[in-house]
Amino acid sequence: MNQQVKMIEKQEVVIRFSGDSGDGMQLTGQQFSDTAALFGNDVATFPDYPAEIRAPQGTVGGVSGFQVHFGEERITTPGDLADVLVAMNPAALKANLRWVKKAGTIIVDTDAFSDKNLEKAGYASNPLEDGTLTDYNTVPVNITLLTAEALKETGLDQKSVLRCKNMFALGMTYWMFDRSVEHTEAFFDGKFGKKPVVALANKLALRAGYNYAANVHALAVHYRVAPAHIAKGKYRTITGNRATAWGLLAAAEKAGLPLFCGSYPITPATDILQELAIRRDLGAKTYQAEDEIAGICTAIGASYGGNFAVTTTSGPGLALKAEACGLAVMAELPLVIVDVQRGGPSTGLPTKTEQSDLLQALYGRNGESPMPVVAASTSANCFDYAFAAGKIALEHTTPVILLTDGFLANGAQPWRIPAMSELPEITLRVAKEGDAYKPYDRDPETLARTLAIPGTKGLEHRIGGLEKMNITGAISYVPENHQVMTDLREEKVARIARSIPEQEVFGNADGGEVLVVGWGGTYGHLYSTVKEMRKEGKDVSLAHFHYINPLPLNTGELLGRFRKIVVCELNLGQFAAYLRSKFPQFTCLQYNKVAGLPFTVAELKAEIEKILN
Amino acid sequence: MSEEVKYSPKDFKSDQEIRWCPGCGDHGIINAVWKAMAELGYPRESWAVVSGIGCSSRFPYYMNTYGFHTIHGRAAAIASGLKNANRKLNVLQVSGDGDALAIGGNHFIHILRRNVDMTLLLFNNEIYGLTKGQYSPTTKLGVKTKTSPYGTIEVPFNPGELAIGAQSKYFARSLDTNVALTAEVLVSAVKHRGTSVVEVLQNCVIFADGVHAAITDKELKEERQLILRHGERMIFGKNRDKGLVLDGGRLKVVEIGHDGVTEQDILVHDAHEPNPFLHWMLVNMSAPEFPVAFGVIREVEAKTYDQALDDQITEVRKISPIRCMDDLLNSGDVWEVR
Repeated sequence: MNQQVKMIEKQEVVIRFSGDSGDGMQLTGQQFSDTAALFGNDVATFPDYPAEIRAPQGTVGGVSGFQVHFGEERITTPGDLADVLVAMNPAALKANLRWVKKAGTIIVDTDAFSDKNLEKAGYASNPLEDGTLTDYNTVPVNITLLTAEALKETGLDQKSVLRCKNMFALGMTYWMFDRSVEHTEAFFDGKFGKKPVVALANKLALRAGYNYAANVHALAVHYRVAPAHIAKGKYRTITGNRATAWGLLAAAEKAGLPLFCGSYPITPATDILQELAIRRDLGAKTYQAEDEIAGICTAIGASYGGNFAVTTTSGPGLALKAEACGLAVMAELPLVIVDVQRGGPSTGLPTKTEQSDLLQALYGRNGESPMPVVAASTSANCFDYAFAAGKIALEHTTPVILLTDGFLANGAQPWRIPAMSELPEITLRVAKEGDAYKPYDRDPETLARTLAIPGTKGLEHRIGGLEKMNITGAISYVPENHQVMTDLREEKVARIARSIPEQEVFGNADGGEVLVVGWGGTYGHLYSTVKEMRKEGKDVSLAHFHYINPLPLNTGELLGRFRKIVVCELNLGQFAAYLRSKFPQFTCLQYNKVAGLPFTVAELKAEIEKILN
Repeated sequence: MSEEVKYSPKDFKSDQEIRWCPGCGDHGIINAVWKAMAELGYPRESWAVVSGIGCSSRFPYYMNTYGFHTIHGRAAAIASGLKNANRKLNVLQVSGDGDALAIGGNHFIHILRRNVDMTLLLFNNEIYGLTKGQYSPTTKLGVKTKTSPYGTIEVPFNPGELAIGAQSKYFARSLDTNVALTAEVLVSAVKHRGTSVVEVLQNCVIFADGVHAAITDKELKEERQLILRHGERMIFGKNRDKGLVLDGGRLKVVEIGHDGVTEQDILVHDAHEPNPFLHWMLVNMSAPEFPVAFGVIREVEAKTYDQALDDQITEVRKISPIRCMDDLLNSGDVWEVR
């Protein structure tokens, strides 16, 4: 107990909190992440939780985890393996041991390692005693007992006391990484302002954990991770779903329109609806519809009515919305459809991440139904791409699908707050009273049609799902006209390429041996992989796509500069297939994973290494 | 909107050729709609007509107003989004029995529960016309159609009963052939704040001709139709000698002047009664035992969804420190890197 405490400088650390789904592990991880970010570290997080709200207690299926990667350099992934694991029970240890580095630190609540809990976790013998943890630095602590002891003066019942044991564990990690408890204390004062005893209990547990770690020196090491060298400015931590909601609100403000969101709750997209529901103060109208179809249909009605309309969903919901997506294509109304992708098909893995809705987004409708598709690649840039999707929808009079995923949606990272004045303007073509209005008259440059807001005198007109006569919008079954309108709708979407940025390359912009191609939420892992390999002198570059349909104008030319192209994605090769259809002259190799989990840098490196050789 | 405009029915007629079959009940209904709109005198640009799919859903194309011909079953959802986006509009949804009660059944019940301020004109011809003669959710049990060649084996919905079950605050019924009554109830329905359902019994001359004949037959109609008006007694019959009374908790037809029954014994229609008990019995009356109820059967004031949404925005804006996006972006835990 009296061993010397070492102070070790580290560039980056990965810590994983794990426990029963009722143990408050998401809150614990989020607090650690916020505290690290406030200190000035760059941070990436990965919440990993079961679909069941209260899965059977103590079982491996019910384990909830939250991984935080923080450091003094740019952090783009939550990290492959953890330096530190906090395991609140045997099931958490069992589920997470494979994600801990050899010689990593494992903090366990020994009080939870009862025979019953060991049996529930499927352990035949106690892993704390049978040599399972020989390769690790195990720190056994009576977290439950010590928390109860620390809280005995509060008068709280046993159940409430036990709820605070996560804070004891968090306090220990704060000491371990030389972090202050202040932010978390302030959090509890704010959260339980009306229940001061609960706030006090959490703070007592937090302090007790911190002091325990400091006093007993059980941890033997004390780490210091310096603040990151990041650009000046104001920062906040933001999750992908919140960033998406705020990007949509920003687009509404820039366009000068009220935001209308018609949605139905679905994991992992629900937070966006919830975030928007708070924003009555910004005039946001959220409408929790009776089903996914009503979600998009109310949004389509609102779009016709002159609001900036959005609907939010995940893969199964997008499938239900498909027919209405086609109506928005036909009526040429602005609309943003957010698909926070999850593991599929069918109900699939609701809380796990995947990129397998790409082809559904591109093609999952009846008829020739072109729709722009945009993908965010980090939790923070969900804001930028939600804004971009809104701008495209409004300026090009088209529905737009924004793809994010469960990994981006629930992950959080520090974000430099933009000023609204930094964002581009959004300009709509809207007819005014007195104009000679033709509903399908178009802007000669973008082919966007002119909108007329119902209520405007003299612009009464009818739109709908039947084919329209070019320009006038009257119903038309004329064969030549259907060809013209089909071509116009296709060309209108294709011309969006003129107003999006060119595709960039990280690495050798002039070309080289291997080009790694990715899109969407895999950016962090692909970037880290390519960066590390380049440090090792490997000729590897990265082209990570955000604009999927249309693709940036330089895409074909860019792909042609590399000897080998490998498309890495969390599906069976959907973007690769899409690229092949657009650019049959190139050979697209693939690396795919469909495990409900992000890539790891280690597996990506191994794969790309094979392609290099 | 201060400008006084006098409209005539033809001001609401678009330049599109009407393509319903000759003799179709829809012609009578659209005439009633034009008439009601002219009578209401609201600016033409304030009207938006939203429909789903079906014969009746061609309606918006024949109206010189704003209009949206959408997809099958979804008109209620689209109309609701339109109204909540743009509250100054008078939103009229036009759907058939298949559109509103089969594929759109979920939206139908939820729009009523929410009480969005709009009018739902429900054309009920008890058949699928546009797809050429399949049974619908209002087709009577046992009727033979193309998809029920041996007769249907499912019990139909009564739209009024379904509406009241879904907490409808306004339900009226009319007949395609009675243009004056349809226009009269439409005027009242549009003025009502909340979702008003107007069921119009409509005749499909091609696939279900005479489906309402038991009620509309010239010889029988005065004996089989009870036209309800708020505050008036429930009296009907060629000689105005029949009426409704409550007997042991059930409605009963009585003859005035027989068995000591006087006019004073006949029930007075109270459309404004929040308790739907009597309205429910009235919408369920069917011939020949009872007359079928027409007119405004239920009309109860309640807060509308769109008003509540607007009020909530106003209230939250009063107390929230966040007035614009820059405020939001800089709210909460923010730190500065210098």
